[in-house]
Amino acid sequence: MAYSDKILEKSIDPTVHQMLDRAEQLGIETAWDRYEKMLPECGFGELGVCCRNCNMGPCRISPFGDQGPQRAICGATADIIVARNLIRMIAGGAAAHSDHGRDLAHTLLLTAEGKGGGYEIKDEAKLKILADEYGIATEGRSKEEIALDLARAVYSEFGKQEGVVQFTRRAPEKRVAQWKKMGIDPRGIDREIVEIMHRTHIGVDNDPVNLILQGLKASIADGWGGSAIATEISDVLFGTPSPVRSEANLGVLKEDQVNIVAHGHEPVLSEMILAAANDPALIDRAKAAGASGINVVGMCCTGNEIIMRHGIPMAGNFLQQELAVITGAVDAMIVDVQCIMPALGDLCECFHTRFISTSPKAKFPGAVHMEFNEVRALEIAREIVGSAVDNYARRNPEKVFIPAEKTECMIGFSAEAIITALGGSLDPLLDVIKSGAVKGIAGVVGCNNPKIKHDHGHVALVRELIKNNVLVVTTGCNAIACAKAGLMMPEAADEAGDGLCGVCKSLGVPPVLHMGSCVDISRILTVCAAVANALGVDISDLPVAGAAPEWMSEKAVSIGAYVVSSGIFTVLGTVPPVLGSPVVTDVLTRAANDVVGATFAVETDPVKGAELMIAHIESKRQALGI
Amino acid sequence: MSQPKEIFVKTDRCVGCLSCTMACAVEHSESKTLFGAIGETPVPKSRLYVEWAAPDKKVPLVCRHCEDAPCMYACISGAISRDADGVVVTDPDKCIGCWTCVMVCPYGVIGRHLETHKAYRCDRCPDRDIPACVSACPTGALVYETVADYSATARKRASSELSKAEGG
Repeated sequence: MAYSDKILEKSIDPTVHQMLDRAEQLGIETAWDRYEKMLPECGFGELGVCCRNCNMGPCRISPFGDQGPQRAICGATADIIVARNLIRMIAGGAAAHSDHGRDLAHTLLLTAEGKGGGYEIKDEAKLKILADEYGIATEGRSKEEIALDLARAVYSEFGKQEGVVQFTRRAPEKRVAQWKKMGIDPRGIDREIVEIMHRTHIGVDNDPVNLILQGLKASIADGWGGSAIATEISDVLFGTPSPVRSEANLGVLKEDQVNIVAHGHEPVLSEMILAAANDPALIDRAKAAGASGINVVGMCCTGNEIIMRHGIPMAGNFLQQELAVITGAVDAMIVDVQCIMPALGDLCECFHTRFISTSPKAKFPGAVHMEFNEVRALEIAREIVGSAVDNYARRNPEKVFIPAEKTECMIGFSAEAIITALGGSLDPLLDVIKSGAVKGIAGVVGCNNPKIKHDHGHVALVRELIKNNVLVVTTGCNAIACAKAGLMMPEAADEAGDGLCGVCKSLGVPPVLHMGSCVDISRILTVCAAVANALGVDISDLPVAGAAPEWMSEKAVSIGAYVVSSGIFTVLGTVPPVLGSPVVTDVLTRAANDVVGATFAVETDPVKGAELMIAHIESKRQALGI
Repeated sequence: MSQPKEIFVKTDRCVGCLSCTMACAVEHSESKTLFGAIGETPVPKSRLYVEWAAPDKKVPLVCRHCEDAPCMYACISGAISRDADGVVVTDPDKCIGCWTCVMVCPYGVIGRHLETHKAYRCDRCPDRDIPACVSACPTGALVYETVADYSATARKRASSELSKAEGG
């Protein structure tokens, strides 16, 4: 079928074309329509020169010289305002990731105390490794005893006032020394976020560089702290991912089954939804309602979490959440926190879909709130799944349109799984990097953004990288885009350059490795640290680079900041709101190199973005003499 | 002869966001993009102004391109003329920077460009169908219509108000 240019230019994904055409027929608006209505977007906001931090304003600085104010009412310049706004974004992102980590720590604590309503410690080996990192005794102790101490230790990382955040010490010694030298070694996770809010209050920190340093500090507390805790404790509770095959894209929805989309981020909820969906009584109830079973699928990072541990298919990434509902085949959209569009409320009312919010932190207009808590976890999950099953009878078959497309993928390359795939040590990876068969490693992550053709930013950049023998590790919405594009199958090695292709074929792995959800970028950091330590160098010496081709969220700003703070050059595919400040722009794109040994670059063309990364990787290879 | 369009201002709709002035400066830049425009020399200028009238009104002001334009008659160097579309334009080559036009303009919408030493004003965006400021306005405070259409809308509103007042 032929679609209009207007539809074709929005995405490279055929399911998106079909669903947007369907939306047009039904007169339903999506994020793409709302984006068009928003144009032109506010230029002051785009440049980051608007300040609403006190009520003398709002103030905004004119970017055009003598026309309009050059200083805010308090006297703040564009440089100060942009720096304050930027690090407030970092605070938002670091808070989101870290609160996710805190929920996992809380769940581990309840589980260890025997109060977790259905959770168990699935990976005892990892529990012990983490306990060792914290200096917690393991000999002759039960897993519950160890878990209790570990839970208390990681829990205290959030609120502590001094000392170090333990997982930051996974970074090479040189890196930690540099953080200390620059005063950006975090003292506690919440503390650094709070300090951003303090410093950006009217009349506190008005030095753009000093502000940015605090932003980096909080971001390190996120990447090596809150996010790492989220990853590691999830592995302890739900199992460390290992390679598994599954499918991705809207075609995973099933016409004859109760379709439950689990959307959001925290596996604390989705693991229990999965367990409940396997309950024979509920399956019987679904069958009694005329369905052939219960089909749970994931969306966004919840999708990443459950596909990598259970092989549960992923329905799509961020910009596909509305499209899933428009299939008319979703009986329940169950959400927890982060990246859930409030548009889903009105949209679900156009169909029979039950929109169920579960987190006390996240309520939505038009949603039924079925509050989840860890103590009664499985019991509540059964109620939620039961309500989805009961909703199946209300589905209107005439409104059902499910695209056929779904793509097979190989998922679940945790750091541990990568080492296993390599035969038990990192050496084979180091060897192929030294030999040049693999030029380097790129971490490609981040969101979707209607400013960029959906998935094009992700897939074009990744294709260019693997073609040039750069191994790609990915998380979040980039991971889902790559899975849908078929890049996560071992056969995709044929799209890679000769060197990378050979390595992938000998190991039987794809050239693009799925490492999980957005908090799992901590896994990428862990691998980089291990490689740097094995070579006796800093992360900033490695032939590695990062990219966020379609980023949009505050979490992505925090991610970018901690990846650069870790010494990894990072390319952004959408322009961050900083160009109104020459000082901040210069710090991020040039001067940061003197502080953390890495910088940002902005490149909206994904192929050119990949070229920047490849050039950077080549320069690092040269410096290492390989 | 068809009616020319004018930029009309609905002051009750303006929230003072200055999106119009931003879009105007960008449209009058070399690159015609925001991220490009902010680095250009000479600095691109907005030809539109948003004034604040106590206690809480925000009022966008832009050259009215007056039919009987005082600036055109006052210009001693003959730099100001009206083009075929009815737009009053200043020829920068002829402008001597005497600011007589500024003195006579009742709206105060003629600017002085410190780098080019010339007067500048709204040119109704000759490269666009709809002027940039109108496209950029998020609240519909700026509209680009013929006098006939604008008046017809106003009459419709007035007649409905009137009929409501009469209990209709």
